[in-house]
Amino acid sequence: MVIGIPRGFLYYKHETLWKGFFDALGITYLISPKTNQEILDRGNEFAIDEACLSSKVYLGHVHWLIEKCDKVFVPRISSYGMDGEVCTKFPALFDLVTNTFADQEIELIHYNMDFRNADAEAPGFVKLGKLLGKSRTKSLRAYLIAKQGEKTQQILEGNKVREAMEQNGLKILVTGHAYNLHDPYLGTPVFEMLKKLDTIPISAARVHDKEIHRASHQISQNIPWVFNRELVGTIAHYQRKIDGIILITAFPCGPDSLINELVLRRIKNPPVLQLILDGQEGTAGMETRLESFIDIIRFKKEGYYDKI
Amino acid sequence: MTKYKVSFPHLGNYYVPLERLFTRGLDVEYVVPPAITKKTLELGSLHSPDYICAPFKFNMGNYIETIEKGADTLVQTGGVCRLRYYGELQSQIIKDLGHDVRFITLSRGALSKPVTLYQSFKEINPAMSVKQIGSTLPVVMTMIESMDKVEDFVRKNSGFQKAPGVLETVQEDFMQRLRRTDSKKDVKKLYKKTTDHLLEIPLDKPKNPIRVGVIGEYYTIMEPFSNHDIEKELAKKGIVVDRWVNLTNTLFRKDWKRKKRVRRYTKYFMGATSMFTVDQGLRFAKQKYDGIIHVKSFGCTPEMDAMPVLQNISRDYKIPILYFTFDSQTSDTGIQTRLEAFYDMIMMRKGGLL
Repeated sequence: MVIGIPRGFLYYKHETLWKGFFDALGITYLISPKTNQEILDRGNEFAIDEACLSSKVYLGHVHWLIEKCDKVFVPRISSYGMDGEVCTKFPALFDLVTNTFADQEIELIHYNMDFRNADAEAPGFVKLGKLLGKSRTKSLRAYLIAKQGEKTQQILEGNKVREAMEQNGLKILVTGHAYNLHDPYLGTPVFEMLKKLDTIPISAARVHDKEIHRASHQISQNIPWVFNRELVGTIAHYQRKIDGIILITAFPCGPDSLINELVLRRIKNPPVLQLILDGQEGTAGMETRLESFIDIIRFKKEGYYDKI
Repeated sequence: MTKYKVSFPHLGNYYVPLERLFTRGLDVEYVVPPAITKKTLELGSLHSPDYICAPFKFNMGNYIETIEKGADTLVQTGGVCRLRYYGELQSQIIKDLGHDVRFITLSRGALSKPVTLYQSFKEINPAMSVKQIGSTLPVVMTMIESMDKVEDFVRKNSGFQKAPGVLETVQEDFMQRLRRTDSKKDVKKLYKKTTDHLLEIPLDKPKNPIRVGVIGEYYTIMEPFSNHDIEKELAKKGIVVDRWVNLTNTLFRKDWKRKKRVRRYTKYFMGATSMFTVDQGLRFAKQKYDGIIHVKSFGCTPEMDAMPVLQNISRDYKIPILYFTFDSQTSDTGIQTRLEAFYDMIMMRKGGLL
């Protein structure tokens, strides 16, 4: 049996965990290719027109997998802990995929994570193992190995961010959901452009410190969504160490529409730029905006504006 | 001591019970926001982020207009979707606009922790008494229940009056009198009188009328201005308009069987109002309604997730569904054209032409 993993949404957050779990159980899996125009076109065909770009990409990946594997892995994640809610897209994702592809022969496999209804991560994975015909102990062991892998990876990523923060140069904090920032079709071009402009882009999605949850209170007291809380916390935590902030969001992301506006209104220093990704081809517009943003930061740093 | 002048954004006709809750229950003055107009929406859109859902823009417009009218305390509720975070951003925007008002966000209190809820109410008026609220709440609930029932009756029968506009006049009269009622008994008496009056009005209702169900997102469905009065437009054509979503059904009644009913389509809870939408869509389909109209504001994620489910219901039960998305546009023409086409289509289906 081959399990298909769509390369979208929380894959970018739980890649190590999911792969590690299936590896430890000896199950073959197929990951859909990196996002490209073809996948986005597939997504556009099936998604509701005004759905967010990330969900269109996700549906594209699911569709790519349908014929190539036996089961598609679409977990349902409703909350991370009691106060760790996520955008309603994630609790609905399982049923959304089922209903969108009702005409096609698609079989889904999932685990459910919903702390409000006492469905924690570990029991979820044990149930998933059961669906795959593995014993309780085996799946629990696989989960623990995979979780350890995820933790190690998070520590390594955190170290990298800390190293980058100590470097000399123009440091730009790029914030946004991991599935937008690290998607090769959506966010990665921004990082490449920033590197070309001789700056050090730092991804906020790679920061996993516990402090950032507390730090987010400096900007806003009660952000309901855990991903946004982490991003805002990262901004508050590193505010003094960086030279500019770029907010990347996919059109029309629900939580971001509120949080980004709040960040734009409450953070005055360093400068903030909001980039909205809408899946259009061509990057010239984005390049121009990034260039002028970096120029402004450079001029400001060199005291150019004081001279005039 | 001068009383605080509190205001809460419009939602249909619910300003009447809200006024009671604030004036009697919390012992503050209540400023009824000016009726929503195009200007309200323009004002709201001007000061809102551009890709936010429409209710935010409407609320924003309401706030700015009530401040001009003299309110000094604005209240925003909590919710299960983006609504929960409205208050935080709206208070920031109003502060940035330079208005010196108190902004109270009830979403800081959680239903699971009654103390926090009490604290956030206490913020509105520090001198409030629990006893007063306790005695006012039942009256407010009865008011909401009776006005919902009256509205429901008018919606279902408005298209069949012999003299158009009579039902609406009675309803308006009822709302005016409701503001002057005093106790739960009064409200019930008024409700009884109004229903008697409503039932006397001559109707010209065919045996098997066209029935259309309206489902969708919480604010857009309940605030007539934001859905371009779609219910009245439908009723004018001689249609029974059925809508389940109102405060009584969504807040006061708990339905434990909903999950079981929709299990064929959704395995899990899909968030916010999407379950209401799916459940009611399924009910209309099962009861062989002639059509369903789904309304939502632009970018409403929970409703968007419910749409593929509705598409499947539409296919399985062969029931036409018309999807409307409203943003801050103000032209009625496009909406009317789509409604007319939909009406023609269900007429033809009914007549066996399709």
